[in-house]
Amino acid sequence: MKPKSRVVRKAKEAGFVIIFLAGIGVALGVLGVLLASLIVTAAPYLTPTLITNYANYQDPTRAGYAAAIAGTLWILSLTLIFSLPLGIGAAIYLEEYSHGGRISRILQAGVSNLAGVPSVVFGLLGLLVFVRGLHLGAVVLAGALTLTILVFPYVVITAREAIRAVPQSIRDAALAMGATKWQAIRRQVLPAAAPGLLTASILAAARTIGETAPLIVIGAVVLQTFLPYGPDSPFVALPVQIYAYIDLPGPEWQGVSAAGMIVLLLILFAFNAVAIVGRNRMQRMRW
Amino acid sequence: MGGANADGTGAPLASLEAKWVWQPGETLVRTLLFIAAAFAIIATFAIVFALLLDTVIFFGRVSPLDFYTGTKWSPVIDGLYGVLPLIAGTLLIAGGAVVIGIPLGLSAAIFLREYAPARVREILKPVLEVLAGIPSIVFGFFALLLVSPTLKAWFGADYFNATNAIIVIGIMVIPIVSSLSEDALTAVPTDLRDGAFALGATRFEAMGRVVIPAAFSGIMASFLLAFSRAVGETMVVLIAAGENVNLTFDVLGPMSTLAGDIARKATGDLPVGSDLYRSLFAVGFTLFVITLLINLTSDILRHRFREAYD
Repeated sequence: MKPKSRVVRKAKEAGFVIIFLAGIGVALGVLGVLLASLIVTAAPYLTPTLITNYANYQDPTRAGYAAAIAGTLWILSLTLIFSLPLGIGAAIYLEEYSHGGRISRILQAGVSNLAGVPSVVFGLLGLLVFVRGLHLGAVVLAGALTLTILVFPYVVITAREAIRAVPQSIRDAALAMGATKWQAIRRQVLPAAAPGLLTASILAAARTIGETAPLIVIGAVVLQTFLPYGPDSPFVALPVQIYAYIDLPGPEWQGVSAAGMIVLLLILFAFNAVAIVGRNRMQRMRW
Repeated sequence: MGGANADGTGAPLASLEAKWVWQPGETLVRTLLFIAAAFAIIATFAIVFALLLDTVIFFGRVSPLDFYTGTKWSPVIDGLYGVLPLIAGTLLIAGGAVVIGIPLGLSAAIFLREYAPARVREILKPVLEVLAGIPSIVFGFFALLLVSPTLKAWFGADYFNATNAIIVIGIMVIPIVSSLSEDALTAVPTDLRDGAFALGATRFEAMGRVVIPAAFSGIMASFLLAFSRAVGETMVVLIAAGENVNLTFDVLGPMSTLAGDIARKATGDLPVGSDLYRSLFAVGFTLFVITLLINLTSDILRHRFREAYD
């Protein structure tokens, strides 16, 4: 091969750096355009009545998200109550108890496989098992159980990272002081992993809030004019309500759905901000 | 004392765990945690069981041969259950999306890993994470609000069209490709990179000839995960791609996909036990199997990659 001059090689390098920059530039540009267009479209409809009014498909100025926001909060709380103990428990087992044998490989494969299942398939599972099989109907509890299965693998994966970050010396010291294995985990490892586990919980929460397809499939109602009253109440969730408005023709309905998305994104950004602060604090902690 | 063992390796002091003592509490906790860990397996079997239950009955009424070779998906009007239009639509939209998302995501990963100064990296990485955290319904709306009118003005596309979904899902998978490929690039030992520099390679040459080939299986795994994610994407397709009962490759017209069609049919009033209701599960089963195959391939690639350098 003929050696190329240094100038040619440097020029080639510069050319490719520009291409690589373009990659991230597109991502940044899209994010900017997306947020800007969302805010512009939503602006006329960002009023206090947006979160106090119920669904209304006749008059866009009176349409709101009250039942949807309450439904999302119900679903979110129940999903976290179910999925966090289950997911963190699974993470503890995989990190602290299993020793890399065949069984632990199967358990891990199960988690990573479940993480790859399309969300709409969880909706079918929820429809068959919870809504019809257990005769719950399309209620808050059925939605929460469906989303519990969906976020479970994410909780396991992030919680494992948090537990893995705790140095082995912490465990060894506790065991050397005569603690049983579970005492060492509960009194030393889990408190040390707490910031990471908090991040894991918040990421799970963010994922739960944004899920739409499974709730559509299990049958969230889109014209609910009362607040959900409990786990056995029919429900609508924020993204599902947004979808119902998107489906209506006309720019005014685009405005109503964009305003709903602003509410959704504000909730998500608040959660993520807490997660990032928590993670930075964890990284600052050095043993 | 520190973190090290007596032999200085830092390996767990297994002998300190008093396994021979009868501790009912410890056994109980261990059992409960094992059940939690087994939950993923239980859930996976539940999914397969739930999907198969109605799929099998459905295949008793509509032959699997007709289902998988039929080219018209018109269950409501014609009673025709040919799933090929949905499969083709899914693969076309997901394939188009990764054609857009992979070069952009990989470029972003290479820039962040090899070129960006630490301070730029610290700003850009969270931005990509923000992009990853935006719910798909927002992307679907974006497709209708901005992409669709543009395509209509430039190419005369329909309001609901497949290209809407291709472009927007392509953007959605950028963070998946970039974060996983960046992990793969980071895992390549510094020695390899330094070796290339010592031979006089520029940064770009070191990357193209040494680092990327070394990280190849990890990067491929990230491509496959992005593809799998695009195959399963529901809301963007439901909102922006429209509905088409025929097998078509016209990306400027409407197109149905497996995931999108499940959600669309589920929003209607479905009589339980009807063929249409059961067909949802047959479509879901097909979708599940396709994503499972892609994910397994991705897993195998990643494990091969891990064995090479850990």
